Amino acid sequence: MAEQQKIGQSMPGSEILIRSLMAEGVDTIFGYPGGAIMPVYDTLYDFQQQLRHILVRHEQGAVHAAQGYARVSGRPGVVFVTSGPGATNAITGIADAMMDSTPLVVISGQVGASLLGFDAFQETDVLGMTLPITKWSYQIRRPEDVAWAVARAFFIARTGRPGPVVLDFAKNAQIGLADFNYKPVNFIRSYVPTPDLSDEKIREAAAILNSAQRPMVVYGQGVILSHAEKELAGFLEKTGTPAATTLLGLSALDSSNPHYKGMVGMHGNIGPNIKTNECDVLLAVGMRFDDRVTGVVSTYARQARIIHIDIDRAELGKIIPVEVGIEADAREALALLTQMVNPARHDEWEASFDKCNADENELVSRHEVAPGAGNIRMGEVVDAVSRIGKSEAVVVTDVGQNQMISARYSTFRHSRSLLTSGGLGTMGFGLPAAIGAKVADPSRNVCVFCGDGGLQMTVQELGTIMQEKLGVKVVLLNNNWLGNVRQWQQLFFGSRYSFTRLQNPDFQALAASYGISHTRVEKRDELDQAVTRMLANPEEPFLLEVHVEEQDNVFPMIPPGKGVTDIMLNASNWYEYEPLAKK
Amino acid sequence: MPEQKENTLYTVTVYTENQVGILNQISIIFTRRNLNIWSLSVSSSAIEGVHKFTIACRTDHKTIEAVVRQIEKRIDVLKAFYYTDNEIIYQEVALYKVQTDTILESPDFEELVRRNNAQILEINRTYTVLQKTGHCDETRRLYDELAPYGVLQFVRSGRVAITKSTVERVSRFIEHQQKRAEKVKMLADDQMA
Repeated sequence: MAEQQKIGQSMPGSEILIRSLMAEGVDTIFGYPGGAIMPVYDTLYDFQQQLRHILVRHEQGAVHAAQGYARVSGRPGVVFVTSGPGATNAITGIADAMMDSTPLVVISGQVGASLLGFDAFQETDVLGMTLPITKWSYQIRRPEDVAWAVARAFFIARTGRPGPVVLDFAKNAQIGLADFNYKPVNFIRSYVPTPDLSDEKIREAAAILNSAQRPMVVYGQGVILSHAEKELAGFLEKTGTPAATTLLGLSALDSSNPHYKGMVGMHGNIGPNIKTNECDVLLAVGMRFDDRVTGVVSTYARQARIIHIDIDRAELGKIIPVEVGIEADAREALALLTQMVNPARHDEWEASFDKCNADENELVSRHEVAPGAGNIRMGEVVDAVSRIGKSEAVVVTDVGQNQMISARYSTFRHSRSLLTSGGLGTMGFGLPAAIGAKVADPSRNVCVFCGDGGLQMTVQELGTIMQEKLGVKVVLLNNNWLGNVRQWQQLFFGSRYSFTRLQNPDFQALAASYGISHTRVEKRDELDQAVTRMLANPEEPFLLEVHVEEQDNVFPMIPPGKGVTDIMLNASNWYEYEPLAKK
Repeated sequence: MPEQKENTLYTVTVYTENQVGILNQISIIFTRRNLNIWSLSVSSSAIEGVHKFTIACRTDHKTIEAVVRQIEKRIDVLKAFYYTDNEIIYQEVALYKVQTDTILESPDFEELVRRNNAQILEINRTYTVLQKTGHCDETRRLYDELAPYGVLQFVRSGRVAITKSTVERVSRFIEHQQKRAEKVKMLADDQMA
């Protein structure tokens, strides 16, 4: 490592930061300069060969881009922002990363240590503001602490349950000199990133699974974060267990895996939602029983013996009481569990998922993906991208109807291929996250599905795409509404459309002004050709605007306050089914 | 106020590294859930460099368990535990300031001090300061008894607590972590070689 040769040399804190980042293997930074971070940017000027800096248009964009980068690459995303408004603008992204366990190291400039507490220009209490939304926050006040803090930040961000770390970097510590003393951190006394796997707990879980007649797996992003995709598929194959994903677990299993039965949750698939309340054993892996997954908790899987594997002990029993809680890395746990369980098949039980999903296709999906007549529907567009792109693209979503439709109708062949803001539900996430995803893997097509509302929350990042020549494919599902809120207003607020109608700019002209290739589709027979054109060259930035049905709704839907078996098929009909006889 | 099925006074003990902002990190976990911290005391522990927080809080069992796990999740927290009163030996200290002339005139004051096992810390022409250690109800009782004399100031500390358990769980955790550190170091050295 080149950085090793610099050990012991005296240099300013800003250079210690840059060299420590390089020692951590960082090659990309997303950021925005400003007063209190200028010494760092001045140093960065000399390191442009080694470090790629992506200049965004707003700090929120920098953080979401770093999230996209982290989710695709599996390595922490790095962000530079200045003090005060720079840091506060980053807050939304940091909170998003905390909810969705995304490893980030955010370095915010701060006024000099001697000015702290005096309401100096662009001073804010970054530590105080970020403590509740970070895995760790630390203020660097002396150049001597820079290397230590950086090494510690990366260790914390990427290990255990990943998450964002903020280093608030006082200006005097950026300028002041110290010896470069970087040393990687791989141990913190008060922190146990990966708990020791308990053989006994795995044995207990195996015994329960071996006795199961109707087992079911629900997995989440933990499978992706721990690289347990193969172990999960292996477990399902050996035990003949049907599995369903959470929103963030999407793409961990190949969509064509015979045991994959779709997504759970509010807009998930009927099969896994209904079967949650019919299974006898529920194995939850790397997921946290979010309320969008469980619906009303009091009726969730009451009949089932529940086994929960999660690396974060605070998640075990937090929402759903579990019979066996296994505090472990999902990969280690699944590998051992697969060894200990008996081979089994549950063909009839698996087929009962398929039956429900076939009903869903007949009653809902078919009409969404191939309506044949009428205005273009969102599902058709998502389906066209998966179909024409052969499920190879990284799919990024914004938040709202576009997100749910993307999740429902995209198909995947590779893990880390669906990026979305799950926990925080941050509108404006999509475009900058797609930028980060593209930077992390330029060889793949990166398609971001946005609504007209969400796109405009971070639309200035089109400038970043232009300047960095990033081949991001923006698919704008334009319905001139804040569609998801409009849907709720229609269903639950007596169609009182309070401030959800949008008057929009000419998105074609907007793309053109950024020099981004663009096209608009208003007719169904133009869609496939436009998608083919968009995907032809992964290096070309492109905005595809599709005028979709204005008052479309996302179904099926488990409405708020209802349980997982209370499924609306449309505004007036509920899913009716014959419950499996109790065994 | 959130409706609570069960309402028990729990004593939470938190062992942490000495880092700026720890108190804030811990207190916001209570704030998020709208839990009132009934008392709080912070001090060093028997282990060098390790700080101990003792927090008393009324809530139900499910909540306190979740809170303790969320506290323990913080990077600089070594361990966190919760106890009910029968699992710990605990104590509080209270100070009382009363007017000297009123107690000098009272024939019962000496008996009152003896009966309550209180100590006099300071006495001058104007005021007298008493101290009493004990449980909350005991220090409260003394306050009530002093009330007729006119209490000028009253203060009670947060509770401090020691477990009745024969095992020191934090020490065990730290030992375990030391072994882990050695293992991690060996692995790192192997990788370098």
